[in-house]
Amino acid sequence: MHVVVLMKQTFDTEERIRLADGKIAEDGVKWIINPYDEYAVEEAIQLKENQGATVTVVSVGNDNTTQALRTALAMGADEAVLIEAPELTDERAIAKAIVAYLKDKSFDVLLAGNFSVDNGAGQVAIRVAHELGLPHIAAVTQLTIEGNQATGVREVDGDVQTVTAVLPALFTAQQGLNEPRYPSLPNIMKAKKKPLTTLTLSDLGLSSDDAGAKVERVEVTLPPKRQAGQKITGTPDEQAEQLAEILAKALR
Amino acid sequence: MPKKVLVIAEQRDGKLRQVALEALTAARTIADGGSIVSVVLGSQVQDAANELAQHPQDKVIAIQGESLTNYDSEHYYLALRPVLDEIQPDVVVLGHTAGGRDLAPKISAALDAPQVSDVVSLDAQGGDVLFKRPIYAGKAFETKRVLSTPYVVTVRPNNLAADGEQSGSAPVEVRTFDEPADVKTRVVNVQKKASTGRDLTEARVVVSGGRGVKSADGFKPLYELAEVLDAAVGASRAACDAGYCDYSLQIGQTGKVVTPDVYIACGISGAIQHLAGMSQSKLIIAINKDAEAPIFEIADYGVVGDLFEILPKLTEKLREKLAAARA
Repeated sequence: MHVVVLMKQTFDTEERIRLADGKIAEDGVKWIINPYDEYAVEEAIQLKENQGATVTVVSVGNDNTTQALRTALAMGADEAVLIEAPELTDERAIAKAIVAYLKDKSFDVLLAGNFSVDNGAGQVAIRVAHELGLPHIAAVTQLTIEGNQATGVREVDGDVQTVTAVLPALFTAQQGLNEPRYPSLPNIMKAKKKPLTTLTLSDLGLSSDDAGAKVERVEVTLPPKRQAGQKITGTPDEQAEQLAEILAKALR
Repeated sequence: MPKKVLVIAEQRDGKLRQVALEALTAARTIADGGSIVSVVLGSQVQDAANELAQHPQDKVIAIQGESLTNYDSEHYYLALRPVLDEIQPDVVVLGHTAGGRDLAPKISAALDAPQVSDVVSLDAQGGDVLFKRPIYAGKAFETKRVLSTPYVVTVRPNNLAADGEQSGSAPVEVRTFDEPADVKTRVVNVQKKASTGRDLTEARVVVSGGRGVKSADGFKPLYELAEVLDAAVGASRAACDAGYCDYSLQIGQTGKVVTPDVYIACGISGAIQHLAGMSQSKLIIAINKDAEAPIFEIADYGVVGDLFEILPKLTEKLREKLAAARA
């Protein structure tokens, strides 16, 4: 079985966002594998351990993205591919680059995160699947692969759905799917020797026109700071009474 | 410039969802005097389609089929495909719900179109529409402009006003969708959850618990309060990681982002990653034993105290107040 994982490097979720010259400041930021993609990587490695598989991790990014790919290799992935194209900004173009890489590859399972914690658009993986003619099950919290059939469990507006799909197919990972492992020191050392290939858009036969953005960012702003409000004091009974008043008024 | 806009209106158990009317509001701004067609899919959607038709627009299409009973990306896409071909919309608008976020990128890819996801407000400016959306789960916002048509937009529930015009009588066209033989995905089971059933991202009130709730049982007083307030129950990452509740309740940068009218944080310290998921709530109330908890820095009302003492009293008092208001 060949499992391909699409992943992205993002800011650590504990980072505060700062602006510099109207852009998001990236200096001094701690970078991680997008947490949802980390579930996808872990799931791939568990498939490898339990059923035997080769795991390829693929990311679109810049030179710095190799860190995240090396981490995935240290977790247990076999090979990594970096599509070095920092000029790509919109999801459509990023998906096209991934499709250009995957279209002549053979694989059984495509995994990715449900969305990225930075842009949060949740588009790239599903676009890729559609362009490759693959079915998908999004936001799975359980995944079982048997032969050429997969069964995914997902939460939809409070209900729990069980969905089957014929492989090859895409599954996007939701929280709860698994608990990603921390790479061990020996595995971090081993990961340095695993293959990491860097490709450019021209390697993939794409021109800058193919990759042109169809959406542009006009402005980035920070939300107004919330101020600490009023403390409600007194005995628990008095506090509850005041809260009840506030709530009754707010919801009238 | 006037545009042809297609709204994919969501229903649940045959009832039109609020987000469908919010999507219609967005569609009116984008259409700029052009045409609007709504489409609603499901097994029994006649009522939802009729309700939708009261909102002025060119046409409402109801697509019915047994295999559309539960949302599935492949079936819904296949059912919509003929409508996309026929209408050739300039813009498609959906709600950024579990279904909408799943279906929208598939439609975008099929149309080779750009998509702006999770829009919280939009503004028409000299023929252009500017879309505002959160990034980093609301730690920042970006404004986007789309450079070509067709394009796809998903709107976040609870942020735009629902379309209020109900003087219309748009024609309703009912179509039947038969499942093709070669489908690759199939919903084989749906388990309705026993909890109050309020969807977190659409609830007007959210009662949320953190590490201070101490156990799965500790969520009981939160559920009791939620019942009185018709609220959804949420949780912090710490509570989910500790196994007190299901990850589907998690609010934060990982997890769900909520923007209710009232957010009641119980025993939540207020880690940055949690604040990202709830700090756009209109009114925030925090209850925490620790007076130094960071959640108090953003709460409109802060109660330093024991949630296990305060919540049952609050629930009781609210029950009385609401009963008195009804009487």
